[in-house]
Amino acid sequence: MKKRVRIAAGQGFWGDLPDAPVRQVEGGPIDYLMLDYLAEVTMSIMQKQKARDPNAGYARDFVPLMKAILPACVERDIKVIANAGGVNVPGCAAAVRDVAIELGLGDQVRIGMVTGDDILDRINQLLARGIELRNLDTGEPLAVVRNRIQSANAYLGAAPIVEALSQGANVVITGRATDTGLTLGPLIHEFGWAADDWDRLAAGTIAGHIIECGAQCSGGNCQYDWENIPDLANVGFPIAEASPDGTFVITKHEGTGGRVNVPSVKEQLLYEMGDPHEYITPDCVADFTTIHLAEDGSDRVRVFGIKGRPATDSLKVSISYSAGFKAVGTLVYAWPDAYQKARAADGVLRARLERLGLKFDQVLTEFVGANATHGPLVGEPSRELAEVQLRFGVRGNDRAAIERFTKEIAPLILTGPPAVTGFAGGRPKVEEIVAYWPALIPKTEITPRVELLTN
Amino acid sequence: MKIRLVKLAHARSGDKGDTANVGLIALRDQIYPLLVREVTAARVKEHFRGICKGDVERYELPNLGALNFLLHESLGGGGTLSLMTDAQGKTFSTALLRMEIEIGDDEAAELGLS
Repeated sequence: MKKRVRIAAGQGFWGDLPDAPVRQVEGGPIDYLMLDYLAEVTMSIMQKQKARDPNAGYARDFVPLMKAILPACVERDIKVIANAGGVNVPGCAAAVRDVAIELGLGDQVRIGMVTGDDILDRINQLLARGIELRNLDTGEPLAVVRNRIQSANAYLGAAPIVEALSQGANVVITGRATDTGLTLGPLIHEFGWAADDWDRLAAGTIAGHIIECGAQCSGGNCQYDWENIPDLANVGFPIAEASPDGTFVITKHEGTGGRVNVPSVKEQLLYEMGDPHEYITPDCVADFTTIHLAEDGSDRVRVFGIKGRPATDSLKVSISYSAGFKAVGTLVYAWPDAYQKARAADGVLRARLERLGLKFDQVLTEFVGANATHGPLVGEPSRELAEVQLRFGVRGNDRAAIERFTKEIAPLILTGPPAVTGFAGGRPKVEEIVAYWPALIPKTEITPRVELLTN
Repeated sequence: MKIRLVKLAHARSGDKGDTANVGLIALRDQIYPLLVREVTAARVKEHFRGICKGDVERYELPNLGALNFLLHESLGGGGTLSLMTDAQGKTFSTALLRMEIEIGDDEAAELGLS
């Protein structure tokens, strides 16, 4: 058994720094590269792409990335774990296989495919059997949005990733797997942790939580001493160096920018935190009130003491559904009285929309530069502000009403308060809203599948 | 004396649906008990009036010298439904750091804050 396993994070979300994974592979020794591509509504975009083209429906950026890093990964025995498969894991795997063959590495790249998360075709049958898939936030039954559903996926945990690695895969591609499972899977595989070793499973889960947002634990978006965090242009993405006993060190490659210290790791631990006593994943329930941190040299933080409890008998399901339309228009007002002018323009615009008889579910005005982020906490804005952006948004189910709204922004330049600019972008675009519906499903309903892709 | 939380703590915030979470972390371990005493769920609810329309829950993490607040009904519906610039609640962190708390002169001196 290895004494230490190094897992490097290469993407904190789909659209993160494109060269970060390359730098993780090239910048120093690592054992695994972990890539998280799936945000909450990404699956619906992929379902639409697949409907148009049966070969699409996965994170296409992953394929050219693999072309760039596969030779180094093969040479240094670095395994890649990615949830890049979206709603078409076999398509993604075939594209990576083609790249491997093209590079002359066809017989050295073994691709493991994890599926079984997609339940879109089973929704009617599940509802008919009384599995209501109620919204975890609002309590509403899924039947309310039944005919607007665009994607539905259960979050799979670490177990099928472990299975793929044990079958000999050195590239594992999943669909909807938890971010934390992408890190915990390799640790279970390497260290042979038992399925009921809750403390170690919780430790691997928390290691995954710390690195899953990429550089957000290594100096990015860090409030503590932010002005002195060095060289963010060259920010190092995080690496978890884990030991068989469940302790680990968070670090980054030498010579990279950013900073890993106790405050930077604490900030990431609290990110998107609910009840810290129970961080629930498919693999275990981790207790964040048991985590201990200690500086362990420059840009190294040791994490230890973690306790966990048995997993629950449910999996979380991520469902996306069509939820109407929205559009946001902006204009910029300059000194003097920039905020007061933007407010007057807001009044004019609201009166015109009223006269047109347009109805919306929601209308929101913000004054960027005055109080858009901190609202009433700011107090009355000064008349000396250099400029203020009026930002006006509407949302509703009637696409025609939203379209009509988009024609009312530009006319404000010649028919409203003075010293106004900032309309180079044309009319606001109408966006279709795809909303997120979190639910639970009994684990017994979901059977993950693991296959090696044969050449 | 009055002191702003930005002198006592750092913070990070995020979202879960229409709920914003704010993690408030003491700059030094000795400051944590002061945060526990002064930065109650009720005071945070009052601080965010006009922004947070639901309840505020507070959890203690003494191991990290941190408090975690959940501010329900704060993000204009949350996620893609929200029209807000900050639909993900990312700036609720510094919004909390604007809060002022009252601290006795002796305690301030003891904590090296005066």
